[in-house]
Amino acid sequence: MFDMTATVLRNFLSKTHTRLYPFQVRETFENVRGNLDIRIEECIMCGMCQKKCPSQCITVNKEAKTWEVDPYSCVYCGICVDHCPTDCLFMHSEHRKPARIKENNQQIQLKGPEKKKKAQE
Amino acid sequence: MAFETMNLVKGQLSSEVLALKNKGYRFVTMTCVDLGDSFDLLYHFDLDLKLTHLRLNVAKADRVVPSISGIYFAALVIENETQDHFGITFDGLALDFGGHFYLEEEVKKFPFCKFTVNKAESAGEGA
Amino acid sequence: MATIVPFGPQHPVLPEPLHLKLVLEDEIVKEALPTLGYVHRGLETLASIRDMDQMVQIVERVCGICSCIHAHTYCMCIEGLMGIEVPQRADFLRVIWSELHRMHSHLLWLGLLADAFGMESMFMHAWRIRERVMDVMEATAGNRVIISVNKIGGVRRDMSPEQLRWVLQVVDELETELDKIKAVLTNDYSVKKRTVGVGVLTYQQAYELGAAGPQLRGSGVAQDMRMTGYGAYKYIDFAPVVEKDGDSWARTMVRFRELYQSIDIVRQLIAKIPDGEIAAKVKGKPTGEIVCRSEQPRGELMYYVRATGDKYLDRVRIRTPTFANVPPLLAMLPGCEMADVPIIALSIDPCISCTER
Repeated sequence: MFDMTATVLRNFLSKTHTRLYPFQVRETFENVRGNLDIRIEECIMCGMCQKKCPSQCITVNKEAKTWEVDPYSCVYCGICVDHCPTDCLFMHSEHRKPARIKENNQQIQLKGPEKKKKAQE
Repeated sequence: MAFETMNLVKGQLSSEVLALKNKGYRFVTMTCVDLGDSFDLLYHFDLDLKLTHLRLNVAKADRVVPSISGIYFAALVIENETQDHFGITFDGLALDFGGHFYLEEEVKKFPFCKFTVNKAESAGEGA
Repeated sequence: MATIVPFGPQHPVLPEPLHLKLVLEDEIVKEALPTLGYVHRGLETLASIRDMDQMVQIVERVCGICSCIHAHTYCMCIEGLMGIEVPQRADFLRVIWSELHRMHSHLLWLGLLADAFGMESMFMHAWRIRERVMDVMEATAGNRVIISVNKIGGVRRDMSPEQLRWVLQVVDELETELDKIKAVLTNDYSVKKRTVGVGVLTYQQAYELGAAGPQLRGSGVAQDMRMTGYGAYKYIDFAPVVEKDGDSWARTMVRFRELYQSIDIVRQLIAKIPDGEIAAKVKGKPTGEIVCRSEQPRGELMYYVRATGDKYLDRVRIRTPTFANVPPLLAMLPGCEMADVPIIALSIDPCISCTER
């Protein structure tokens, strides 16, 4: 009985074990694979990420110079990041926020890496 | 690390499996491999962390194999699964789901086969 | 007169869809017939359209909870076929993550079991402790559950000495927290009332029905695939956890004691981990057939891989532990009371998406 009273009192006086989520967000750890993104100016449009992706969520269009990822079929394994020859792919450590509409992350390359492009051709 | 198998013909299967059971082997599982023109059925048994394998080659034309679920009851799950995926009929299955263990009635072909077999056609052969 | 009562696929205690047709006579179960196929995905056939590196990520998705061990076993198969020598450090890291997976799986299961017999506070506590393990995984591997650290030839991430020290700290905290739960779990009257003598699987039955993992060890068979010494287990000193009784209580105790065992193994691994490379170079395509086995939280996992030197593997076959535990479940149910069915079904730690793949 006394044990229980002590526990009850302790629980009343101590901090909560849970977080009030939208107001209090947990800090993420370093190097967490939260969200896939690209530095599009550095991309050489080789399509390696598209080939290596296990869930086939990346589409690289060489003519239109676009790079697109479907974050809803991405499995956040980071294989594309490992295989990117120019290291232009990277992972944010923050996770994606909840969304109302499903949207792909499409990036259009306006100006490519000039030197590397010449080396390719 | 390739493993050694004991090749069998259909008639030997039950007696070999029974012999293994009497030696105290535990049934691990069975694997069905599609070789293109025939199937390989691999039976895996375990004794003191060591595996023993039996291999039974089944021709594509006759897909009826005696069931070992009478000897090892545990074999009934995998035999039903193989029946679903490869269309091999097991004779004397303890609990027969008739090729609809995982799959719904409307599935008309065997999804794991490299060649296509019609379900109705095989049921006729099995009967 | 016999009545047929459906159990599942949607049931408060079942995390995954399993359907059992229970033939009852009054309150006693006479027969149980399973129906599977609610989450059948045919992942094995994906091997014919995805190359062997991509398959690593696919086999991880056979079962989320033991993803690291699936990928480890698959990699062992391919490495065995190609004769790749994995660096020792990679072996150690793989096993550290595997043991972390075992801990979080057992804690998750303990929570679910507590929920099934109506002890909600223990459910909360087990999952709160589990969160510490998830943190370790997130910080060291990058993801929380499906951690994707294995690749053919080694691992993709290394742990720094600071991280290893931190893991040791977390493991110490876990042990103190577990001690607190242990006092409640082992001395509680109602827990014992619900589990002792319920769903008995004798030594003989467990062995003949091909049970795997805690079901087998809970019935007194000392068989643990880690004893085969795959990965870094050959450098580790441990003995399988065995209980004699074969009832739900024994299986609970096996899993609970395995938590302590995992903590001990992680400590030994971190003490012995060598420096060096974490991945070997992989060249060429595999040929041949191979069988590899490993120990998952739920029991023995078996992979069969057949390759012909092609871009794609010819056949990948996965025998998951719950697949082997379905026949013992069917043998345990007849004779029990209707009210005990949830406990018995949960005591095999069913993972249906594993079973159906």
